[in-house]
Amino acid sequence: MTTPVPFPRRPAESPSPDPPPRPDPALLADLRARIRRLERGHGKAGRDQVPAALTLGDPAIDGALPGGGLARAALHEVVGPPEEAMGGAMGGTMGAATGFCAALLGRLAAGDGADGAILWCCRDHDLYGPGLAALGLDPARLLLVRGRRDADVLWAMEEGLRSGVPAAVVGQVAAPAAVALRRLHLAAETGGVTGFLLGRAPADRQASPAMTRWRVAPLPGGLPSGLSPWPAPRWRLELLRCRGGRPGSWDVTWHAGPETDGHGTAGGAFAVRPPAAGTAAPTGKKTLVFGTAER
Amino acid sequence: MARRRFLSVWLPDLSTDRLWRRERRRPAWERELADGVPLATVAAVQGGQRVAAADAAARAAGVAPGQPLADARALAPGLRTLAADPAADTRLVGALADWCGRYTPWTAVDATADEGDIDPTAPHPFRHGLWLDISGCAHLFGGEAALLADLTGRLARMGFANTAALADTAGAAWAVARFGRDPDRRIVPPGGQRAILAPLPLAALRLPAGTVAALSRVGLRRVDDLLGLPRAPLAARFGTAVARRLDQALGHDAESFVPRRPVPDLRARLAFAEPVSAAGDLAAAAERLLDALCADLERARLGARRLELVGYRVDGGRTGVAVGTSRPLRDPVRLFRLLAGKLERLDPGFGIETLVLAAPATAPQGAEQADMDGRAARGDRLADLLDRLGNRLGPGSLRRLRAGGSHLPERAWRQVPAVAAPDAPPAPPAAALDPPVAAAADAVPPQPRPLHLLPWPEPIEVVAPVPDHPPVLFRWRRVQHRIAAAEGPERIGPEWWHAELPAADVPDPAAAVQAPLRDYYRVEDEGGARYWLYREGLYRPGVAPRWFLHGFFG
Repeated sequence: MTTPVPFPRRPAESPSPDPPPRPDPALLADLRARIRRLERGHGKAGRDQVPAALTLGDPAIDGALPGGGLARAALHEVVGPPEEAMGGAMGGTMGAATGFCAALLGRLAAGDGADGAILWCCRDHDLYGPGLAALGLDPARLLLVRGRRDADVLWAMEEGLRSGVPAAVVGQVAAPAAVALRRLHLAAETGGVTGFLLGRAPADRQASPAMTRWRVAPLPGGLPSGLSPWPAPRWRLELLRCRGGRPGSWDVTWHAGPETDGHGTAGGAFAVRPPAAGTAAPTGKKTLVFGTAER
Repeated sequence: MARRRFLSVWLPDLSTDRLWRRERRRPAWERELADGVPLATVAAVQGGQRVAAADAAARAAGVAPGQPLADARALAPGLRTLAADPAADTRLVGALADWCGRYTPWTAVDATADEGDIDPTAPHPFRHGLWLDISGCAHLFGGEAALLADLTGRLARMGFANTAALADTAGAAWAVARFGRDPDRRIVPPGGQRAILAPLPLAALRLPAGTVAALSRVGLRRVDDLLGLPRAPLAARFGTAVARRLDQALGHDAESFVPRRPVPDLRARLAFAEPVSAAGDLAAAAERLLDALCADLERARLGARRLELVGYRVDGGRTGVAVGTSRPLRDPVRLFRLLAGKLERLDPGFGIETLVLAAPATAPQGAEQADMDGRAARGDRLADLLDRLGNRLGPGSLRRLRAGGSHLPERAWRQVPAVAAPDAPPAPPAAALDPPVAAAADAVPPQPRPLHLLPWPEPIEVVAPVPDHPPVLFRWRRVQHRIAAAEGPERIGPEWWHAELPAADVPDPAAAVQAPLRDYYRVEDEGGARYWLYREGLYRPGVAPRWFLHGFFG
């Protein structure tokens, strides 16, 4: 028999309301870590230690993400800009999302040591080796998997994630169902493999089991008119949703990492650019309700 | 080499048997033929309708292949006729040869009738037949007599009139199957060809009808008559075929056939007492077969690159599935995991009575020591993953990017299969997944290259202020892009040393002739998306330049 706990009732007319007691920071950190562990499911990576997050290389972005970067052994969504914003031109606008993904994979592969293939599942492949190398991803590590239908692509992704063999798995699917996303995320947790899902901007802002959802759009004005050296890729990154983190928006430039043996670059880093005058200011201050952004 | 034993099957009434079988499968109210009605097939030959094949009832009434249809109708007033379909007959014989794979992997369709000098459309009594090389297989069926009885009995129950014979040589078996009068002497004992052939007519030697007629005009009618004759005059008058066929039948001369399907290196077979159709039973049977096959593979120091599981059905059908592996493999657990995903595609029909697992493609694989903790290496696990993906998505679906040793963008990097084909020379297992050696300095050119390269450059409409200047506006797929900034040109010349390239390797077939050079521009539109465009050829006054979109940057 437990003793009844009296309902904490604040006196209606308290002459001097005490300030709420400050929680113990150590206790808070411990509780947060426990919640994170609970949230990471029961995969083999989730139980004991959470693997070090994949940083993007800029403290402004990494600070907004839980654990200081993209969680490994999880699914991340990367979508291109909405169609109407680009005047219906489909082909060219996915370049930014693919480029962001390739740059992340390059960072991931550079930190991993030499082994580990990267599975890229898609319905038709037009990836070009030198372009990937310029973004820091060694094309020799890519394993292209072609499926005839979206279902095949999703199946191949799930197999790759669950097997735990590849260093990362990328899939390009037009409109994955919520169940498929859930399966992919569970497979990523089980196998301990980081997954990236490339797609179009979803029309509805549906909930997703993925850890993060990024929207990547090219930034205009990167190329000064006249003949000049080709500038580094510039993107607007929007963190649309992030479990346990703050959504935000940053204008970034990709800087190549150190040169390796003629293969291009390994790794590389993002750098947040100060907002140009006149353009929309990056907003890091959105209301946060249970980890999703209210807009 | 051990003594070979050949089995020859003659299917004399295959064309009409095929029609009767089709008829009997129909429900009673849809039948066109009543049992016992004389049946013949008819083909238009030499400007008239002639009988192509007649069944036993029609032959009893006097109808014979080659007769004009009017004569046949006069002889047998109740004769039913259907159009001859030689293609369907050929397909059926092929299917029967495949079905005979339940006895031996080495089966072939008898094409003797097509080798002679006779008209291939004319009726030929020995047109349809099968060859089986049953060397070393008979003991699995309880001896040669039991095998022969089993084969002929099953064919007869399927509705095919047949006779079959067994001998040391294909020629002797062929002769006895067609001309042997005594049903008890269908099995020629080893070395007994001469005795059994001697009393047979010369047609039994698989000679063209013209040669047989010419020989009979000089009084040579039986094989016996030829045996003692000197060869040289015989060859001079009647051609070398006579002596060759005689020697082949007697076993003095080798005869080679091409089996219908490649004979696998290794196979395992399981016959059921009762036909099996439950998925679980088939899986259990496949597991047992895999254990047996993998033991054989280990003894031979081989690993399977391809496995075929074939079920022989009660109704004479054949159903099979195949899996491929990315490296030689003989681990039954892994192979079963691959096979299990495909077992559902095995269509048992009314039941499978024999299951055969064969390894048509193998590669050397040495003895292996597993890790102490029993866990596979990472490369092994990657290969397992590739096998799973490749077997479901198709062998061409796994690709890698490789530097191609060319400066043309579309040929500088290409996609190559990630898994070598089984018939390709086996690569060292580790090297198959290593970074390419070919990625030299020229593989990544100093100029920026796009992230996406279109498989074919797509034509665009362009507005350029000056011909030799980057465009200010272009229209691609009916969408207009205003260009904010551009960089270029980067001139990429054609591969003049490949002027005779086939059209398939060149984006534009017309370009194969002259292969104009290209001036590439990197442009950024007002939205910030970056494109790779090129103008084809040098500017010439009065000629509108052609522009193409070739890729997208990240």
